[in-house]
Amino acid sequence: MKPKVAFYWCAACGGCEEAVVDLAEKILEVVAAVDIVFWPVALDFKYADVEAMADGSILACFINGAIRNTEQQEIARLLRRKSRLVLAFGSCAQLGGIPGLANLWDRQSIFQAVYSEAPSTVNPEGVLPAREYQDNGHRVRLPGFFDTVSALDDVIDVDYYVPGCPPTPKILADAVATLLSGKLPPKGAVLAPDRALCEECPRKDAKPEKLAITEFKRPHQALIERDKCLLAQGLLCLGPATRGGCEARCINGNMPCTGCFGPTSRVHDFGGKALSGLASLVGSNDAGEIARILEKIPDPLGTFYRYSLPASLLGRKRTPARA
Amino acid sequence: MPDAQQSPAAPGTAERFEPKIVALFCNWCTYLAADLAGTSRIKYAPNIRVVRVMCSGRVDPQFVLEAFARGADGVLIGGCHPGDCHYQEGNYKTLRRYHLLKRVLREMGIEEERFRLEWISAAEGDRVKAVVNDMVEKVRALGPLRARVPEQVLEEALVS
Repeated sequence: MKPKVAFYWCAACGGCEEAVVDLAEKILEVVAAVDIVFWPVALDFKYADVEAMADGSILACFINGAIRNTEQQEIARLLRRKSRLVLAFGSCAQLGGIPGLANLWDRQSIFQAVYSEAPSTVNPEGVLPAREYQDNGHRVRLPGFFDTVSALDDVIDVDYYVPGCPPTPKILADAVATLLSGKLPPKGAVLAPDRALCEECPRKDAKPEKLAITEFKRPHQALIERDKCLLAQGLLCLGPATRGGCEARCINGNMPCTGCFGPTSRVHDFGGKALSGLASLVGSNDAGEIARILEKIPDPLGTFYRYSLPASLLGRKRTPARA
Repeated sequence: MPDAQQSPAAPGTAERFEPKIVALFCNWCTYLAADLAGTSRIKYAPNIRVVRVMCSGRVDPQFVLEAFARGADGVLIGGCHPGDCHYQEGNYKTLRRYHLLKRVLREMGIEEERFRLEWISAAEGDRVKAVVNDMVEKVRALGPLRARVPEQVLEEALVS
């Protein structure tokens, strides 16, 4: 009997599902080797089908997306019971990802913005999402919306992490091969090389011995040279702080690294570490000049914590309601 | 942000709020200044917990974030005056990181007064007193930080 594999998505954009499809004809090799028993985005299975499976009967479950509501939490827990291995697939499941930037707000302010203030919203009765809804004697139960977005391992035990926004086809194919090989890495491993992207950057040789940035530029403000280190051109490239393994896809597309592969194993807080490395490259010792140079980074939190706010040391913004 | 009514004392308690401040002092200047303050019998607020680091440049922003996450109400970094760093330019690196980290902390809802960088030379024992007392009073006025409220069980945070 072929090993069973499941896929599930939580708070995510669908890009991680796309990454599976991006295996292209390689997906046939995967399908030849495993049985996909649950994959809501592509195949028609119900939650009840999963509930009916024996505990531990799924070899590996790939869960992408962050945990935003109770349904995601419930299904993550169900799949954890049914699976021998759970993989956090992609940045959102691993670190909280882009949806995790919602932790700069809270439930109340998000509901206020979406259901009352947004210019396209017409909601004179002020209806807000509720967990239960009665209509004509019918009772509907809906998932509850958490105040705070979490990474997957805040909710369930996670065996492995597959990084990326989304993971590249190579990273996914390697992960599947690793699982099928039977030679499993230690629990908690991130299935990508444990070294910074700079190490494998095609522009590595063009990185000066000492970088001194006197002006940060955003990609649309610069004519980016193709073979010169992006930091040396004043672009905010997070390569020095980000785990490699992505084949430097953004760099090859002439765009700076935004950090989607997350930190290496020695780092606890990706944003803090990335900020540290980047700030120390500022080419000035004068307080006023330093402030002026750093002003060119318009959104430091969104830049350095783009994919990792929920998994960071502080986790979320402190809001009046919580203080 | 805690409102002024809530601080300095928590409601129902007569006790004054005593902020916990983590002070990361460089081995060559500020730590010696604190030492000098001690041997000179200079009295200052007992709210700081001093951690000696070899250089203010050793202070990884992760240390600051972790201090706040684990319950510090303020973080003070003390280093050598510009030009005086024992390691040539460690304090300049600190200065650069400080500028950027301060902005991130502000966006995280952590008030500016809770995170401070000061240059204090080994001869400035009285300055340790002035800086610490000033910071303690400012943080006391802000009230407890409680940066990381335990989520308890996620369910409890739901819409009822």
